[in-house]
Amino acid sequence: MNPAAIETTNVVKRYPRTTALDGVSLRVEQGEFFGLLGPNGAGKTTLISIVAGLARATSGTACVLGHDVTADYRAARRALGVVPQELVFDPFFTVRETLRLQSGYFGLRDNDGWIDELLDNLALTAKAETNMRALSGGMKRRVLVAQALVHRPPVIVLDEPTAGVDVELRQTLWRFIRRLNREGHTIVLTTHYLEEAQELCSRIAMLKAGRVVALDSTRALLAGLEGVRMSFRLAGELPAALAGKLAERDGVRVALRLSGAEEVECALGELRMAGARIEDLEVGHADLEDVFLQLTSDRRTGESFLPSPASAGEGPGVRASGHPTRQTA
Amino acid sequence: MSAETLKDTRPRPQPAPDVVSPGPGRPTIAPQAQSWVGFRTLLYKEVLRFWKVAFQTIAAPVLTGVLYLLVFGQVLDKHVEAFPGVSYIAFLVPGLTMMSVLQNAFANSSSSLIQSKITGNLVFMLLPPLSNAEFFAAYVLAAIVRGLAVGLGVFAVTLWFAPSALLAMQAPLWVLVFALLGAALLGVLGLIAGIVSDKFDQLAAFQSFIVMPATFLAGVFYSVHSLPTLWQAVSHANPFFYLVDGFRYGFFAQADVSPWVSLAVVLTALAVTTAAAYRMIARGTRIRN
Repeated sequence: MNPAAIETTNVVKRYPRTTALDGVSLRVEQGEFFGLLGPNGAGKTTLISIVAGLARATSGTACVLGHDVTADYRAARRALGVVPQELVFDPFFTVRETLRLQSGYFGLRDNDGWIDELLDNLALTAKAETNMRALSGGMKRRVLVAQALVHRPPVIVLDEPTAGVDVELRQTLWRFIRRLNREGHTIVLTTHYLEEAQELCSRIAMLKAGRVVALDSTRALLAGLEGVRMSFRLAGELPAALAGKLAERDGVRVALRLSGAEEVECALGELRMAGARIEDLEVGHADLEDVFLQLTSDRRTGESFLPSPASAGEGPGVRASGHPTRQTA
Repeated sequence: MSAETLKDTRPRPQPAPDVVSPGPGRPTIAPQAQSWVGFRTLLYKEVLRFWKVAFQTIAAPVLTGVLYLLVFGQVLDKHVEAFPGVSYIAFLVPGLTMMSVLQNAFANSSSSLIQSKITGNLVFMLLPPLSNAEFFAAYVLAAIVRGLAVGLGVFAVTLWFAPSALLAMQAPLWVLVFALLGAALLGVLGLIAGIVSDKFDQLAAFQSFIVMPATFLAGVFYSVHSLPTLWQAVSHANPFFYLVDGFRYGFFAQADVSPWVSLAVVLTALAVTTAAAYRMIARGTRIRN
């Protein structure tokens, strides 16, 4: 069997006052486009730091392409390219100097051919001789991506690469990353943009409070959310017959979780019979955001489980609209 | 920025001959990294870092050294004779040179590391497969280069004040040995200070409360023999004193203690600090946590 692109086994990371990771076991196969999601503080960046050797696990092991990140750190790091979340740069150097230095750290000389290709693909060629200080935030972000790729790592980790980045750059970046994935690179992505994860990732792990609360293909996660959500504005009381279907009530805005079209008809019938006046009716499919909110909502305990959350309907934050507006690809 | 630049149909440049292409469906893997390249790159980057701001990192400390010489040398030249037959100015030059070497070696590794920690770009050095020894050696060697560059500058300028006494260097090998060891010791100490500090403030405390007093009180401006017994004893507990004393021995073949004793003390200090710094780097203390 091929070694996993990334494999973590029972990784625990404790800080004096908190436990950032509480026994995380994950296996990312080679060639996957893998999403790592979770609310702030869930432990995503800590997990990436441990895989990248930037932090040491309190216990448990992590491997990149079968190389242990501490015992065989040279091979593990050579196989891995990481785009850090923070917009960091060295103000002493130009873009090209930065990329040459980064190549050198990986033991590579005369890497200018590949550096030029990276600059070209990330639309940085015109800025090659510009000092890092003079670049805009989006440009700096692209240099970070280029830095992570100077050694052509088979496994690429992007930690929130599109945070605070404009739409155009996001599209540019994803096109390039998708191409790398098609060429065989494994991609691991953390993002707050669930639409991105839904669109890009074939498999997703969700972290909450340092534990994996879901790990499945994106399709299966979404399939776990069968049914529809119907939301509307309601001035008066919700008929008692519908109380069991209530997903969320925020003032006059009511959201019901229903099994399908038939139940929508029934619910509308109940409302009509009760003489309730409803306005602004929306009916939509659940999306990854619903899964995310259900699994990571505070009402859940941190128990590990694989997803079959459809019937639960206890996510307090379920959105009133079933179809979030997507960024057009 | 045009999205056109990302068209997948763009022909791929031919890979460099040493690039291993593992076949379709597998990513192109970079060639086997060459040993030493990582270390040499980090050393080059560390030297380039201070060289790019040479006014601040080399010219300014040279000027400071010269100012000390002008002030103390002119005021005290006729009043003090530290060593028999050696003018005070001639006595002062090796002391100031060594002080500059020490302070700048310390400043280089410590400020480079803490800047990288605070701005976060240390991650660029932590992600690559650099070994602990390479990391350590690159920072310390760059500190030695900066220390010696400033030392040479101070020496070259101050030479003018007492050329004959200084050019008649009695034991140049000792001069070289102590300059190198002094720069190395302070480079290592700077590395430790950079590792331990998380803020500029903490680093400034190291500099102001440890390095500055220890160099000032190392016999730069006077022979410790001129001190009361108690302070002589205190001075002998300061490892920097042996650096200055041994260095000066190379010029005048006179010193407060034997250069061999100085050598032993300095080597011991270097071994202890190197072990401590290496252990911190290997454990990732305040760097990989």
